[in-house]
Amino acid sequence: MTRVRAAVPTLVALALALAVGVALLLVVGAPPLETFRLLVEGSFGSASKISATLLAWSPLLLASAGLVVTFAAGLWNIGVEGQVIMGGIAATWVARTVPGPGWVLIPLMVLAGAVGGLLWAVFAGVLKTHGNVHEIFGGLGLDFVAAGLATYLVIGPWKRAGVASTSGTDIFRPEAWMPEFQAFGVGWPVIPVILGLLSVLVVWMLLRGTLFGLRLKAVGSNPYSSFLLGIPTNRYMLGAFAIGGALAGIAGTVQVAAFHHKLVPAISGGYGFLGILVVLLAGFSAVWIAPIALFFVGISVGSTQLDLQLGLDSAFGGVLQGIIVLFVMFGGAWSVRRASGRLTPQEEP
Amino acid sequence: MEATFNSIIAAAAPLIIATMGETITEKSGVINLSLEGSLRLSAMTAFAIAFWVGNALVGFAAAAAVGAAIAAIIAFSSIRLKLNQIAVGFVLTLLAIELASFLGDSFVGERGPRVPPLPIPILSDIPFVGKVFFDHDLVVYFSYVAIFATWWYFYRTRPGLNLQGIGERPEAAFARGIPVNMLRFWYTVLGGAMVGIAGAAYSLDVKLGWRETLTLNLGWIALAIVIFGGWHPLRVAFGAYLFGALQVLAFQLQDVFPGVAQVLPIAPFPLMILALVFVYSDWFRRIGDRFPKMRNLLGSEAPAAMGTVFERE
Amino acid sequence: MALEIRDIHKRFGPVRASDGVTFTVEEGSLHGILGENGAGKSTLMKILSGFYEADSGEVVLDGEVLHLRSPADAIDAGIGMLHQDPLVFLPFTVLDNFALGSPGSMRLDRKAAEAELMRVSGELGFEFDPERLVRDLTVGERQQLSITRLLWLGARVLIFDEPTTGISASQRIQLFDTLRTLAAGGMIVLFVSHKLEEVEALCDSVTVIRRGKVVYEAEMPVASETLVEKMFGNVFVEEERTTVPLGDAMLRVEAATLSEGTTRIEGLDLGIARSEVVGLAGLEGSGQRTLLRACAGLIQPESGSLSVDGIELTRASYREHLAAGVHYLPAGRLEEGLVQGISIAEHLVLASDDTAFFVDWKAADARAGEEIDEYSIKGLPSSAAEELSGGNQQRLLLAMIPDEVKLLLLEHPTRGLDVESAAFVWTRLLERRNHGTATVFASADLDELLNYSDRIIVFFAGSVFAIRTAAEIDGEELGYLIGGKVRA
Repeated sequence: MTRVRAAVPTLVALALALAVGVALLLVVGAPPLETFRLLVEGSFGSASKISATLLAWSPLLLASAGLVVTFAAGLWNIGVEGQVIMGGIAATWVARTVPGPGWVLIPLMVLAGAVGGLLWAVFAGVLKTHGNVHEIFGGLGLDFVAAGLATYLVIGPWKRAGVASTSGTDIFRPEAWMPEFQAFGVGWPVIPVILGLLSVLVVWMLLRGTLFGLRLKAVGSNPYSSFLLGIPTNRYMLGAFAIGGALAGIAGTVQVAAFHHKLVPAISGGYGFLGILVVLLAGFSAVWIAPIALFFVGISVGSTQLDLQLGLDSAFGGVLQGIIVLFVMFGGAWSVRRASGRLTPQEEP
Repeated sequence: MEATFNSIIAAAAPLIIATMGETITEKSGVINLSLEGSLRLSAMTAFAIAFWVGNALVGFAAAAAVGAAIAAIIAFSSIRLKLNQIAVGFVLTLLAIELASFLGDSFVGERGPRVPPLPIPILSDIPFVGKVFFDHDLVVYFSYVAIFATWWYFYRTRPGLNLQGIGERPEAAFARGIPVNMLRFWYTVLGGAMVGIAGAAYSLDVKLGWRETLTLNLGWIALAIVIFGGWHPLRVAFGAYLFGALQVLAFQLQDVFPGVAQVLPIAPFPLMILALVFVYSDWFRRIGDRFPKMRNLLGSEAPAAMGTVFERE
Repeated sequence: MALEIRDIHKRFGPVRASDGVTFTVEEGSLHGILGENGAGKSTLMKILSGFYEADSGEVVLDGEVLHLRSPADAIDAGIGMLHQDPLVFLPFTVLDNFALGSPGSMRLDRKAAEAELMRVSGELGFEFDPERLVRDLTVGERQQLSITRLLWLGARVLIFDEPTTGISASQRIQLFDTLRTLAAGGMIVLFVSHKLEEVEALCDSVTVIRRGKVVYEAEMPVASETLVEKMFGNVFVEEERTTVPLGDAMLRVEAATLSEGTTRIEGLDLGIARSEVVGLAGLEGSGQRTLLRACAGLIQPESGSLSVDGIELTRASYREHLAAGVHYLPAGRLEEGLVQGISIAEHLVLASDDTAFFVDWKAADARAGEEIDEYSIKGLPSSAAEELSGGNQQRLLLAMIPDEVKLLLLEHPTRGLDVESAAFVWTRLLERRNHGTATVFASADLDELLNYSDRIIVFFAGSVFAIRTAAEIDGEELGYLIGGKVRA
């Protein structure tokens, strides 16, 4: 009963978010019902669409899992986008330079992606711990640098033979493609999905059952108390950056090895920032990451159909996601305020 | 030379207006992280409204309203709902960016009204200075007013001193009878309205028309400039002009080294990181220690209560 | 003019902080509000000054019912309050602190404000440099600035909440003189304290509060025993001093120069023996914290040496000090001791030396249950730190101290605690002392220093001013030493 009641503000928030979405559609003169039908159909309407949605789900899971770790350490890892990109770049480098069969190449690409994302994240971490630059600005700056680097590589050193275009590098040789598993007439992204779900599981266990996770939470809540308790706080913060960055980097590998099969300038697919929304909506806990990420990625994938079918800008998906997160945050805060009564602390100060 | 300085002043104007707004907001203790989103949505709104009505001024008013509304959401959710300002600000950033793309889709490529140039008579005839500072339009003149008014308000008025108090130690300000949360709300809204005006300047003045890449991610840069400026209006303005100069310089370099074009949009960001490393370095702190009289200008301390929630008990 | 407080009620959740408080104070009187920590004095005063709104009841000043919804209302009505920690703006100048929040025109005329500051402070006999940063003032000077400001704003009722915390003996004498002058000038002065001797020395009349209720009202003088009985509900027997024979040297500091901020302690030689308790006395910020932080390894000596139990620690890091058996407990329990959002059980896991990768939560909960019993903590293993009261937070911090600590460094170990918790804390600390732990603690409470220390080190203006054994010093002398004076 209390569980049901606890869900009420969230449900109300979702309903309100939906109402705002409908209102926006009416403003631009789009048919709301048809739009939502297309959203669902575009993401779950057929086997191939479900497969595409699952393929998009995986990097989002990886990025979100990594963000749960950095958030636990009290860090705003806005640099996650750049970490996904650097993972993609590192994996592309392996795909382009290392010879060998797929069973060697793919693990190497995953490893390279992890290292690429890790280094980029630790860079932002060192700027924070040793340069006093808040991770929001360090991370954000590095996001744009990574995006610039990807563009530079695509039109420069790694350009397609003869043409320098922002449409991407040459397609990888088949050994560098993550294998799909055929069923129901389409290929299924089994490896990416396993990587994604595994990352969520590992992060959940790390934070729930280990001393590392407990210390990380302590550092995130009160770095100075933690330091006095004997926890090397800088090392733990950098550790959180490293884990978060490695997982984001693997998301980059998935993007190049399973989706694009080449490097494109917008390789991150926005999954880093979307991951932040997912984790905010999940209340910073790993438990609800998987379903929420699936819901969000469904909106993202489905909304690409809107442009084709209704001539509606696909940004509608992003608008809907943003409104949902905002309203659910409001709903949660509102119910906390109500439960605790009007401005009453627990005890006399 | 005159022309270069003239364009630096013009290029920095929107950035000045936005950073002054954010400085006011943060000085009162609230962080409006949504600048990039606010700039874009207000730029889009300004263009759309001005396009419909055929009047740039109405566009500016609408943009100010949009910026103020986003700021009001942040202030409300922090003050009333005790939500984290960074979290709400970040969500609003993404939401406003997407909303601008979604609602502005049909305006891309349209041509709308623009702010007419308005050289100030007599003043603009002064050699060099006149051309550099007084041969502009209302947006640029507004940016001058914004700098001076913010500085004057902070350091020469009673409510300005109170404003610093609520950002520094709200419980002490409250004990002196200052309505902390009400003021924080309105200063956040005021700051947001200025960010909105800056957004309008991008679509109706600096560049004409609306497209997604219009603001070049300068909203993030503006946030960093406020830190670089140590929350002092004059130093913040200095940071904005410095950045404007780099923009103009880079633009001119483009003709000399064509390859620069690709790097151009990214160049500000490593620079931003370096600037922040610089102001927080021991070296810079020692300079500040050497001139105690100029501690407001040279200090890099954030308002102590910035980003926190004030409850009376 | 009279201040009437009529049937004030204020609840915080289940706690009745004010439970029908009624009393009257006449014009020109210096009225003491006496009660132990947590009795409800502060809540009542915050209601009077508009910080809190009362649930019910009235405040009547000069026959007029006041509507105190915010401090602005209280200031308008002429009620001013000096908070225990003066609510000033540290990075601002004296003048800006004086002018902040004052009514007047839009433009701030600093010249005029300075003239007013000089006029009012001159009348009170205070001296200020208007351009000085408040950060650089002593607590006593910050208080004087606050008094000046409140009088300038036209306060008729002045509330002083534990104003003698952290000021020197000479500043206290000056403060008491000021209070007497103000009352003699026709003001109402409320002096809130849990210190009997201060109320006895100063006040014309007294109201004793216990558990949110007025339990006693009288004109002074009243027999001390009566007041003690009313404050605590029974006659409080002062604990007998216990000592144990001291052992060999535990902490050895030789020719050490310690510096931090504006504090600089030069050429310090100090040996502390096993089982010795050393109290650090002095105004807040006189150097006690610097010495504690140096012993804890948070700052390194510029020169000289430091060792604990023969282990050389001069250049050692904080964590190496921890490993050597040094434990530091700073004053801010929730800021620099406990972690918000982390439970009692989790705190104990963090504090234990078990470094297994996976945490055995069953065992951790069981262990937390034991410690909760042992330290009588009111809470569950799953209770988060911020849900505990100050006394229970301090008990948890005690439970987190490892068993074999050689040197225990404490800052204000009983600040803000009720009598029972404070006594409990010392019982546990003395038990450790009995087992050989050397204890160094800083305190602003003279009784605590005199009761528990074997030796007292008095700091003044950032250096060691005097060292006395407990046997050769009394409260009066200690008060003088803290103020930087040697009794003639």
